[in-house]
Amino acid sequence: MTTLRSTSGPADVSLLADDVETDLRASVRKALDKHAPSDRLNQLYDGTDDVTAPLWSAFTELGLPGLLVPESLGGAGATAREAAAVLEELGRAAAPSPFLTSAVVATTVLVALGDSLGDTEILPALASGEQTAALLVGPAVGLPADVLLVPEGDALYAVRGAKVTPVSSLDMTRPLADVDLDGAERTLVSDDAAAAVEAALLMGAGLLAAEQVGVARWSLETTIAYLKERRQFGRIVGGFQALKHRLADLYAEVEQADAAARYAAATLATGDPDAPVAVHVAAAYCSEVAVHAAEEAVQLHGGLGMTWEHPTHLHLKRAKADALLLGSAESHRAALAVLVDLPAPA
Amino acid sequence: MDDAQLRERVEQLLADHPPGSTDRLDFLHARFDAGLAWVHFPEGLGGLGLPRGMQPIVEKALYAAGAPDNDPRKIGIGLGMAAPTILAFGTDEQKQRYLRPLWCGEEVWCQLFSEPGAGSDLAGLSSRAVLDGDTWIVNGQKVWTSSAHIADRAIMIVRTDPDQPKHAGLSYFILDMHDPGVEVRPLRQITGEAEFNEVFLTDARIPDSDRLGEVGEGWKVANATLSNERVAIGGGAFPREFGMVMNVAKTWRERPELRTPETHERLLRGWIDTEVARITATRLRQKMAAGVPGPEGSAMKLSFARINQQLSALEVDLLADDGLRYESWEMRRPTRVDFFGKDAGYRYLRAKGNSIEGGTSEVLRNVVAERILGLPTEHRVDKDVPWKDLPR
Repeated sequence: MTTLRSTSGPADVSLLADDVETDLRASVRKALDKHAPSDRLNQLYDGTDDVTAPLWSAFTELGLPGLLVPESLGGAGATAREAAAVLEELGRAAAPSPFLTSAVVATTVLVALGDSLGDTEILPALASGEQTAALLVGPAVGLPADVLLVPEGDALYAVRGAKVTPVSSLDMTRPLADVDLDGAERTLVSDDAAAAVEAALLMGAGLLAAEQVGVARWSLETTIAYLKERRQFGRIVGGFQALKHRLADLYAEVEQADAAARYAAATLATGDPDAPVAVHVAAAYCSEVAVHAAEEAVQLHGGLGMTWEHPTHLHLKRAKADALLLGSAESHRAALAVLVDLPAPA
Repeated sequence: MDDAQLRERVEQLLADHPPGSTDRLDFLHARFDAGLAWVHFPEGLGGLGLPRGMQPIVEKALYAAGAPDNDPRKIGIGLGMAAPTILAFGTDEQKQRYLRPLWCGEEVWCQLFSEPGAGSDLAGLSSRAVLDGDTWIVNGQKVWTSSAHIADRAIMIVRTDPDQPKHAGLSYFILDMHDPGVEVRPLRQITGEAEFNEVFLTDARIPDSDRLGEVGEGWKVANATLSNERVAIGGGAFPREFGMVMNVAKTWRERPELRTPETHERLLRGWIDTEVARITATRLRQKMAAGVPGPEGSAMKLSFARINQQLSALEVDLLADDGLRYESWEMRRPTRVDFFGKDAGYRYLRAKGNSIEGGTSEVLRNVVAERILGLPTEHRVDKDVPWKDLPR
């Protein structure tokens, strides 16, 4: 990630949802309700995936694979703000989807290459949802994909036909794989792709924060709803002050995580020079809030929270895995330290 | 009125009353009369009936022109609490009489709410007002009153009917702090200073025309004041790396020899928490400007208290041996609240008050849980009992 010290100040951007975002969010939630109910998500852990393909078809009908692709290349020409709304809904549902890996990260690499991108077919194919791609940096997720984007030094290669072996993952809603590139067809995409890869990882981390907000908000809302019904000692459990105070603190965390993620998305949407600071702040903050919220959900659901049947475990696993996906909170704090001139001890 | 017209109005004020050659108070009077004091107030009361979100246009233009301000840190209680309450519940006469000198700083206000026996349980307070003709006679004791030693007026809540349950027997008044029945004594705090006061009321007199709201409606009026206080404390606009983090970051940059891995992590967490609070406050302000009521005010104050306490503790630790030095234990009586000034030890001690003043963090968590999250309310055994029959 960038090592230049930030000299820009905070951006003056709207942190409120507009009508486009609100409508998009409603459509996405409807598709998720239909195709990704929690009993079907549980089956992912037993090796049956009846979710990913039908959900991706529904997303394709909504034009989501091409959300960040320019209109001239067959996409919707939307911004990080709209992509953040989609990811927040994916986090709420803890649903499997190549949206983050293909439609956000891989797509951003290719869009950022602009005219230097030799392959003119690939972006339209991603935008239409016919193909998916994955950037092979960090843990190998988002696989199988039709195209793997593999950085090597400053160069970026497109690899097709690599040997991908699914492995069991802590979070089966984001499949993990072992990848063997030997003998696969490989073509040079660009010999100067370092900046594009960096931009894509920044976009990915900033928008993953929105997904983490979705996980956290679902955990908070579900826990509150349960504690308003559950009775022990002849009382509604949510009336006990020990629980009320934990939920009040969690509410404050989730609201603030939401604001931080919105700010990151808004700066990414306009390419504001404050985006790197905004992303590292949001990534460091939201990943810990998501894990905390999911852990609280398990604890405050009591025995129910430990069961396979109840969906809290899906969100706990998603939150914990998300926290490792595109840089840990610690690594984002370290990157921020450089940007805001708070250097580590010598 | 649009942004351009508002800017024009500011230019006109500056043209008619050039700050360089106009007396400070004359300028403030003219600004108030031009409706540029607080643009969201009604016309004739220092405002123009505009959205609150347009105020920064005025502030920026006047700041750029070097115009004098009304010393907001000195009159914060008047601006943040008394004024909105008077606007919401005052009679026309009260609004005309009090708002202009309040905003211009000619009359400093304080708030007489808490009592030795009524902190979190404010509605249980026992200071009494008895009507004698058209004058209320007040007896009792108030505490934790900032600015009482420089105040000309107070907003005050007292009991007017002990036969009613506690919330129903309260009324809300404007008190003249120069009344001979008012005695102000400094209340020394853990910092060594007396920023706050105790106020003793002995047959203090208030004309009935200085009552705000109906007799027995004091709780409703006080709640309006308190919600404004929490917005004022939790929802202000501030730049990046502002507040308690400012001094710690400065020390970090200037004194590399103090840096350790653990203090680095605490600093970065504090920096991020501060930045996230700034963004959340910005969003709260945008929501208010768009007319969407934001419930984050109480939650913001919780965060503000925690961040200040963590960062001020970090600063003492970071300074190592120098963290032991304390500027002075001399009993001073400051006229402005100072959270961020003086030395690290002072800031550490003063920040302890942040989770107590304006509603303890424990009470605020109840407020958030009950009013925002809709969880069951606490058991209130005293709710329907006449106040005079409660155990004390």
